[in-house]
Parts: sequence; C-alpha cells; structure tokens
Amino acid sequence: MSTSTLSIPSDAAASGLVVPTLEFDRVQVAYNVRGIDRPVLREVSFSVAPGEAFGLVGESGCGKSTAAYAAMRYLPSNGSITGGAIRFEGQDITTMSTEDVRKLRAEAISMVYQSPIASLNPSIRVGHQVAEVFTIAGLSRADAFAKAEEALIAVQIADVGKVMRRYPHELSGGMAQRVVIAMALATNPRLLILDEPTTGLDATVEAEVLDLVRTLRTRTNTSVLFISHNLGVIRSMCDRIGVLYAGQLVEEGSTAQLLGDPRHPYSVGLLRCIPRVGLRKDVDRLDTIPGALPPLGMVMPGCVYVDRCPIATEQCRTEKPPMVALGGGQFSRCFHPDLAPHLPRSNEVAVPISNRSAAQIAESGERPIISLKALSKTFGKDDAAVRVLTDVMFTLKAGETLGLVGESGSGKTTLAKVLLGLTDADAGSIVQLDGNDLGPTIADRSAADVGAVQIVFQNPDSALNRRHSVRRIVSRAVAKLAGKSKEESVQRAEDLLTEMRVDARLHAAKPVMLSGGLKQRVAIARAFAGNPRLIVCDEPTSALDVSVQAAILNLLVDLQRAENVSYLFISHDLGVVRYLSDRIAVLYLGRIMELGPASTVFTGPHHPYTEALVSSLPSVDGEATNRVRLVGEVPSVANPPSGCVLHTRCPRRAGSGVEEKCATIEPDLVEVEPGHLMRCHLSLEQLRRMQVAVEIG
Amino acid sequence: MSTQSNSTIVSGDPTISRDQLSVRARAEEEVRAQRKERFALLLRRPSFLIGVLISGFWLACALFGSAIAPQDPAAQDLMAKLQNPTAKHWFGTDNLGRDVLSRVIVGTRVILFVAFGATVIAAIFGTIIGLVAGYFKGMVDEILMRVADVFMSMPTIVFALLITASIKSDSMLVVLFIIAVVFTPIIARTVRASVLGEAELEYVAAARLRTENTQHILFKELLPNILPSLLVEFTVRLGYAIFAIATLSFLGAGAGPDSSDWGTQVANHYAFMNGLNWSATVFPALAIALLAIGVNLIQDGLAEAFER
Repeated sequence: MSTSTLSIPSDAAASGLVVPTLEFDRVQVAYNVRGIDRPVLREVSFSVAPGEAFGLVGESGCGKSTAAYAAMRYLPSNGSITGGAIRFEGQDITTMSTEDVRKLRAEAISMVYQSPIASLNPSIRVGHQVAEVFTIAGLSRADAFAKAEEALIAVQIADVGKVMRRYPHELSGGMAQRVVIAMALATNPRLLILDEPTTGLDATVEAEVLDLVRTLRTRTNTSVLFISHNLGVIRSMCDRIGVLYAGQLVEEGSTAQLLGDPRHPYSVGLLRCIPRVGLRKDVDRLDTIPGALPPLGMVMPGCVYVDRCPIATEQCRTEKPPMVALGGGQFSRCFHPDLAPHLPRSNEVAVPISNRSAAQIAESGERPIISLKALSKTFGKDDAAVRVLTDVMFTLKAGETLGLVGESGSGKTTLAKVLLGLTDADAGSIVQLDGNDLGPTIADRSAADVGAVQIVFQNPDSALNRRHSVRRIVSRAVAKLAGKSKEESVQRAEDLLTEMRVDARLHAAKPVMLSGGLKQRVAIARAFAGNPRLIVCDEPTSALDVSVQAAILNLLVDLQRAENVSYLFISHDLGVVRYLSDRIAVLYLGRIMELGPASTVFTGPHHPYTEALVSSLPSVDGEATNRVRLVGEVPSVANPPSGCVLHTRCPRRAGSGVEEKCATIEPDLVEVEPGHLMRCHLSLEQLRRMQVAVEIG
Repeated sequence: MSTQSNSTIVSGDPTISRDQLSVRARAEEEVRAQRKERFALLLRRPSFLIGVLISGFWLACALFGSAIAPQDPAAQDLMAKLQNPTAKHWFGTDNLGRDVLSRVIVGTRVILFVAFGATVIAAIFGTIIGLVAGYFKGMVDEILMRVADVFMSMPTIVFALLITASIKSDSMLVVLFIIAVVFTPIIARTVRASVLGEAELEYVAAARLRTENTQHILFKELLPNILPSLLVEFTVRLGYAIFAIATLSFLGAGAGPDSSDWGTQVANHYAFMNGLNWSATVFPALAIALLAIGVNLIQDGLAEAFER
C-alpha cells in the first residue's frame, strides 16, 4: 500500500490529551476465499474518543461489519488481521493473548447485532439470559437476578417480571432488541458496538430503540461505534462519521459537516440517491451511482472508487489518493475534493418527469381502475377467528400511485394478497377492476384479469426460481398471461428485459448470477408480462442498497409514465413512499386510519397515528424537533382494543376531551376535507391546533 | 405495453450495460467456481473417492459378472466341496463344491439391481406424495402423513416376511416391491419437509400469478429446487435397501435356495462355520458389508457437498 496513506487520529487524540477508546491504525483485514487472501479492509484508520459516537456508513459489501468484528477480534474463521493495529484504550488487541481478549469482551466491549431474535438463545428464558452476564462476572444467582431486573428496567421494559419469564420468541422485535441492549450494557462497557441495530424494526420501534441508546449513552458516557447503511439513523446518533467504500475509509468528518458538505464523490453520490424531503417523482428523478462495487479483494492501483466516479482523471487510475485534510476535522480520500460537491448527475440527459400531478389525476373525473369496498379478511373460524382487515376501501385511477404504510402486522401484505387473488376476502367484500367484480381468487379470474393485477415482491432472491433462466422466468409469464406462442413470448420477454435494462447477454443466466438490483428488474419485467393495470409493489427496494434503490424507483416511475399503470406501493420507508406516491393510505390493525393526497397526509394536520409515523422518520436533513411518540407495543389483531383501535397508544388522546369516547366507540372513516379521509373522533380543527402547537413549541 | 415504450425509456445511465457485463462475468465466474468447488470438495474427500471405487467395482461385477467370474458359478464339484481358500478357489468352495469367488461376483447383480430398482420406485412415489402433501398442507397433508405413519410403524423385516409368506412367492420381484413400499413413505417425509419451506417462497406465488396449474408448480417449479436433498436421501435409502435385501434372502424370503444371492449364500453356509468351513459364509457377508459401506461413503460425501 502507498506510504502516502495517513493515519488520521481524531482531534482529541491528536492533541495528545486523551487516549481514544478505540483506534484503528491502518488496519488491514483479509478473508481467505478458496485459498487466496482477499483484502476486505484496506488500511482503515479512525478513532473513537471516550464518550463519542462514531458512525460507519457504506453500502453492503463495503466492510462495515468486518470492521465491527475486527474491533472485537471476532472475525470469521477465514478472516485475519493482516496489518495495522487496533488499539483499545491504547492496548493493541491484535497482539493480545486470547485470554485477555476474552476478558476485554466480557468487561469492556459489548456488541449488539442486527437480528435481536437470533442473538438470544431461544431455549433460555429472558431473565436467565440477562442474569447470566452477571453470574459470569462473579455474582451470586440471587444478586444476578436482581441486577438483571435492574438492567431490564433501565432499558424501559414495562412489566419486567413478566418479560423475564418469557422465552425470546415470545418477544416482539423491539422488545428483544431492548433485552439485547440491556445485556450489552450490563457490564458497563467502555465501548458499545452497534451493527445495524434497528434495520429489521418498524420505524416507530426504531425511533424508540434509538432514543433509548441515546439516553443510555448520555447517562453512562459509553463510546459507541455505530454501523448502519441508513444515513438518517446515523445522523441522529453519531457525532462523527466515516464513509467506507470497498474496504477503504474514503471520507471522515463531523456528522453535520460531512452530511451537509460531503467532499468525496461517493459520499456525494450516496446522499443524492436518497429521496429527501421536497423531492417527488413529479419534480425530479433520483440520482444514481452507476456501476457496482469492485469484486472482493480486487487489486487496485489507483482510487478504489475510480470505476464509478464521474470526475475521475488519469491520476485517479494510477495513483492512490491520500486522505486530505479539509479543515474542521473533515478528511477526504480524493484528489479533487473541491470538485466533489459539483459532481455531474449520473442521469443528466433525462429531463425532469412531467408526470400528471396528484391533483390532475384526482380532478380528471376518470373512472377508477381499481376500487375496493367493505373489504374484510378473517383467518380462522368462530372462536379462533382473527380479523386482519376490517372494512378497507379505496380507489385507484390509471397512472396513480397509492402508498400503503403501517407497522408490521397492520395487514399490508394480506391486503396485497387479497388484491392479487392469492387468498380470498370475506363474503361481502368488493374488489372491482374497471367497474367489474374481480373473482375472489386466481382460479376465479380470467388470464387477462390475473395479468392485470401483478406484484413485485420484496425479496428478489426468493421471488425468482433459482433453477430457471431469466428468459424462461419472463417468457413463461408472457406465454401464460398474454396467451402467446412460445416464439412470440420469448421475443416479447427479450424486449421486456431489454427495456428494464437487463443486458441481452444475461437473458440465459440463472438469477444467482445477477445482482440484487438486476434481479428486481427481472421481477419487474415479469410483472409487466400480461398488460398490467395495477402492480402491487411490496417493499420492492427494502432489500437493496440506496444507490440501487434509486435506480429501481426511477425505473418504476418511467414505466408508470410510459404505460399509465397504477401502483399500490407498500413500504415501511416513508421517505420512499413520499417520493413515489400520489395518495397515501395509512393502515393500523387492519383498518385504514387515514387516506388522502400524499402532501396532505405528510404535512398535516394528520391523524395522530400518521403524525407519530411521520415524526419517527429519521431524516438525513436533521431530526424533527418535537417528536410525537407512540407508547407501548402494537396490540394483537386477534384481540384489538375496544373503541378506536389506536386509543391505547394514541399520542393525542390525553387532554383531547373525548378520552371516554375513544375507548368505547370506534370512529368511522369520514371525509374531513375533499379527498382526505380520517378515522378519528377529533375534528380536523382540533388536530390542526394540537399539531401546530407542537411545531411552535 | 406499447411498442413506443422502448423509446420512451431512455433515462438512466449509459454505463449500465458495461457494468452489467462485468457483473455477469464476475457472477458467472462465481457460479463456475462454486460448482468447481463443490466438485473439488467431493474429490478432495478420500472417503468419497473410496466409496466411488468400491461402488464402481460392484457395479462392474453386476454388469459383467459372468465375464469377470474366473469359473462357472454353477459348476458343481462335489469332491471339492466346503474347501477353505486354495490356489484354485481363492474364496474356497461351497457345500456343492461351487467356486465362492465366482458366486460372490455373479451374486452382485441380484442385490444391486433389486436395491436400485426398489429405491428408484420409492423415490418416484415418495417424491410425488411428498410434493403433494407439502404443497397442499392441511387435510391432504394430514391424511397422507398418517397413512405414511402406519407404514413406517411396521418393522420392515416382519412386514416383508408376512407378505412373502402370504403370497407364497420367492421371486426377487416381490422383495423389490416390498422394499419400494416400505421406503416410499420415508422418502415422502423428507421431500415434504423440503417442500414445506420451498412452497413459502415467493416464486411459487409468482407461478400461481401467471395461472400455472398445480402440476406445473409441483414438478417444474418446486421439484428442481429440492433435487439436492432428494439425491442425498436416495443414496441413504439405497444403502438401507442393500441391507434389507440381504437380510430377507438370509431369512429365506425372495431368492430361491440355489440363488447366488449373497444373503442366500450366507444362510446356506453359516451352519458349516463350526470348524469345518468359514469362507463360504465370510466372503458373501464381507461383500454385503463392503457394498453398504461404499454406498454410505458416497452418501456422506454428497450430503457434505450439497447441504453445506
């Protein structure tokens, strides 16, 4: 590696006053794959000062988790630290004895992993598991249990006694993550490593867990190494950020400075991919980062980002750029940090989309393509009956996108399945396509009707049969849905795939050969096989990196404009929903709580539930000043609360004057202003006053 | 979609095809490497190689038995009966003075083909039942699996003896049929377990959403994805079938008393073990053990390579 690579200690450490809690000093890590050492971390240097929260961001495969595991010297068996030093409070842990490292992990460093349920032992009760941490530290059984109870109270678990007797699978995701955090903090560690701690959680739960970590951190003064792909989460949690790309730290700086004025082309690109506030599909396209991450362990003579960088010069190809200090503690590994902010767009050729605006569609007076009335769905019979959808209604016009949001368990997926005919709705439910009733299941629908309502699934890996070729996956759909001959459908499939920008040379490939984004393009091609009118997009980008997500969202918008197709866009990512949707429906416990134009639903006055959802959205542009929180857990659909189903968690019920009514009578979904429906006992005016008061306060 | 849409979508980046190329080249290399690795993994395991060698040897015996056999396996020489190994008869002679080595070699055909045939039939029916039970679940699954439980609760050998005794047949075809019947529910269970997981994957819903019929979903969508576990289960059952056949013919079910079948050979001679002659019992018994070991070593290797 070049000698020009500098070690960048933090300000505090540089001044020589404080020994950093964690210091990476030109750390190199390699994984041995098929007998060859492939570097995954290339001379990574950063440090975390005592009490500081340092965030590592980057797309999947950049080496974020490897860095986290290296910090605990806990790499997989084929991984090894091949160079540099990792110092914990000045001691190099790469040269420590195994026994000392074990002691360090037991006493000083803790880690919280992405999947909380998987990090707990499924066969040991929660109380025992937490107490175990203390028995290892040498406490007696009774003391350990008392301490465990304290630890669980500290992470704000209500009804601790009951939770301690439960098994991990009986906990919700958010609750399990609290338990894991309680265990991690049990020994008062000096360093806490959080590896995507909220990635699988709902936005509201995510907000609560992040709140908790923030409070605990200020109380204990623990240093934090926070790993996430979500820049919004990083912004709300970290003092300083390091951006990783292909195993190299390409930029470092304070959170506000780096996110406000990024100086490395990769950081700039990454920030531009995010659908931010104010960006909508009818205003502008999302920028993308063309190309893909270099393969694992590729030897690169120049800058690691050179193949994807629009401002790369000859120098970038042949010379490794050094980490350049830009002042104020910001560093960029780029020869042209001054040009980075003016990075040309990857898709400048395209004019902004002149899509029909939501208002135009609403006023067009066209007949809706899809209309749902009184749609309910009950699983089970009699005593075991669980009603997961109650009286759902909405309409969709041609070329319109309806965003469907809500926490997990709200019935989003069931609604999608009913629309598609994968499962039937209860008797009396009405689903109409172009004014004609659609059969309840696929078996009752004509091929044309089945083709008219299609889906793009969340996980492209399991949505494509891994034993079939890309061409076969799409052409089979064309043959069955459009009723074409074999030759015709292969031809049509090739055209469709090319239109989705899947290169012709990939058509014979099996899905495993494609990247996540390409797989999703194949899935979209399949959805368009049978002349679709409505496509259900079930979290189509949540398994993808942001840069790929941007390209897929652009593609969906392009296709909508070209084909005048309607989307039901299901997502827990409100930023994406806001970018793409004309109207938004908010679902809670199987009921539509609010339905209206996207801008109205987002800016308010909104339903108290929507208000909580919107304000829990971690944003790259900074946090909402006054967060409205939902308290407690989502009730079970099997046993919904009386009255308004939200009343147990409603942030606006207290002091509303209708507390009693909320607990006893279920409000109807009524039109509070033209095109804006709400299910709430509070009037629009009341809500407006309450919500304005928050913004001022 | 209209034809004009090809031209309307011009947005996106011009570099994508180049990137796709490199992605593809890399992905292809990955898959090739993976396949090569799986193969290399198999070949690197000496136990798998030994298994292949052993099984290959017996397969050759089964196919070309009479050509390989040094002597006529049916030629009697009552003057030289019950000899232990000699220069002329490496494995000795049996109670009718026949060459044991030749009889062991020729006897491979019966056991190997009956075992293979029975396992193939069991695999075919087991796969169909398992696919149906795992895909439809509910009532269909309950009924099929409870019937399977009934078959599986009966001890194989007792069940087989019962059948052979009641239909008074000593044809190996009956043995083949019985083993196929006994193994079908076992294979069905394995297949069902794999299908339960696979059927939840969205590609199955996607197939339904293009109006595919059940038959297509079962055999064109699901079956290819469960083949690896089916292959491993097949080799496991093949090993058990060899044992079952040898046991049955030892007990007198199946092959006639004159058959060169290994189990029958052991049954006919173990009484002479008592100081008189050991080779006519030991060599066929060793043959059974060796074949079973060979098949099991292959199965170990396959399981390791496919189920990592």
